[in-house]
Amino acid sequence: MENIIKLNQVTKKFGGITALNKASLHVKKGEVVGLIGDNGAGKSTLIKTLVGVYSPDEGEILIRGNKINSWNALKAREAGIETVFQDRALTPQQSIVKNIFMGKELKYPFGFIKEKEQINEANRLIREIGFTSKLINAESPVGNLSGGERQGVAIARAIYNNAELIVLDEPTNNLSLNETQKVFDFVLNVKKSNRSVLFIGHNIYHVYDISDRFVILDRGEVVHELNKEDISTPEELMKIMRETIIKH
Amino acid sequence: MSIKSFINNMFHKNGRALGSIGYFILLMAIFFIGAPEAWIRPNLHQSVFVMMPTLIFLTIPLVFLVASGEIDLSFASTYAVAAYVFALLVKNGVDPAICFVAGVLTGAAIGALVGTLIVVFRLSSLVASLGVLFLLRGVILLLTKSRSITIMEVENHWIYPLLVGKFYGFPMQIFWAAIFIIFCYYFFNKHVFGIHIQHVGDNSVSAEQMGINVNAVKIKAFMFVGIGAALGGIFTTLITYTFFPTQGFGYLLLALAAVFVGGTPYWGGLGTIVGAVFGVGVIAYMEVGIIAIGWSGEWRQFFNGLIILLALLGHRLHGERVR
Repeated sequence: MENIIKLNQVTKKFGGITALNKASLHVKKGEVVGLIGDNGAGKSTLIKTLVGVYSPDEGEILIRGNKINSWNALKAREAGIETVFQDRALTPQQSIVKNIFMGKELKYPFGFIKEKEQINEANRLIREIGFTSKLINAESPVGNLSGGERQGVAIARAIYNNAELIVLDEPTNNLSLNETQKVFDFVLNVKKSNRSVLFIGHNIYHVYDISDRFVILDRGEVVHELNKEDISTPEELMKIMRETIIKH
Repeated sequence: MSIKSFINNMFHKNGRALGSIGYFILLMAIFFIGAPEAWIRPNLHQSVFVMMPTLIFLTIPLVFLVASGEIDLSFASTYAVAAYVFALLVKNGVDPAICFVAGVLTGAAIGALVGTLIVVFRLSSLVASLGVLFLLRGVILLLTKSRSITIMEVENHWIYPLLVGKFYGFPMQIFWAAIFIIFCYYFFNKHVFGIHIQHVGDNSVSAEQMGINVNAVKIKAFMFVGIGAALGGIFTTLITYTFFPTQGFGYLLLALAAVFVGGTPYWGGLGTIVGAVFGVGVIAYMEVGIIAIGWSGEWRQFFNGLIILLALLGHRLHGERVR
């Protein structure tokens, strides 16, 4: 299957500190990749490089097999990579539809909003990613939604922005079991639509449940990669992670 | 869409405006019961209708600004500066239509300056605009040496009947205010400017992350307040044929009261144009209603204060801020 993005031997230094050391990562179409590693392992730097906030000091970035020079956030968005920020970048007093279209409204000439079209599209998007409650529709205020549902709105917005790869930075942080399950359902629906997800998490159980492939990061290096088929329990994943990190 | 969610959404969207309409009806009922004979006399309502348009030009742009998370007090002086520019140019023989445009542009320019000052230097909008309020008033007093300007000549120009003449007995400014309200309703609720204002006031960090230019949105909101203040000042000057150096000061607290009685919360992100119109109605009728039911004018401020507090309590019942 085609690689949406491939980071090849990427190094990123801040002053004398090497945050990423020849790290390689790729995401294929329609797969969910779990990125795990301790605090300070370089997850955040790797993600920021992937979405173009940082450009790498060494190594190359390939989009669908083509090498891209002077990588930046704009190019990442053009390539269909959307980040769902940890705080989700929502405005809670506004409706779901306003949040999905925030900054990218559908407009008539002179800046008036195509309200009906936006509402229809927003309803379609939230149904597509798996909102089922009859109490929620495009005009419901985001502030009335649960944490997991708010994550869903942010994911729906990423899809509206033509995301091919959605980067979820710790999306299940501070969420209850029930809410975490909702986020998983949203992610599975994204996968079903043949888009890809890069899932970053602290909680190995969450990452295990949702991912097809795991990438373990330690001190700026990718120390291990394995497929879901290679292991059978999250405990096994945790054991492998511990052992590789100790050896590293 | 289920009926329950429909009602929920309706309430979320319109609850604050409905609250303010409720206050207006309640106030009218009290005054009607208190003085039915005064209430059916048309001249009482006429005097309200003379005052209301000015208050509407001042109040509604403030809804935009408050929804963007800022506040402006300097509009009460901008009002006088724009009126001064208008009156001075008319007095010097410039075509009043051009003077009108110049006055409005003056208001926009002051708004832009105040907004830029606050946004660029990250000043508190309350304190900074308080400073500008006094500063501009001082400039006006110094320039005019506290003397007023009379512009009777404007009556013979077509702009006078068009803006403040009579149409079947109704003052023209009522129609202009109505057009302004309709325009602002769509501008706030259906235009990208109003929508961005709501996002910015709700959570400026989120708005920034999604590519909205937060500073530009806020500066434009300040400009709009300046334009509204200029319109208020010029209309009043036309109606009375006179520019007073102290004009506008009396509207400072009334316009702010109308915004909040109207149901726009102070914390930003939300606002209601319809609510503000009824907020203006409450404040304007309060000004004449107290006298009409036979109480002395001293009660007016007392009741203004009471209604602000009651309105605040009432809108609190509508809902806490969601985060």
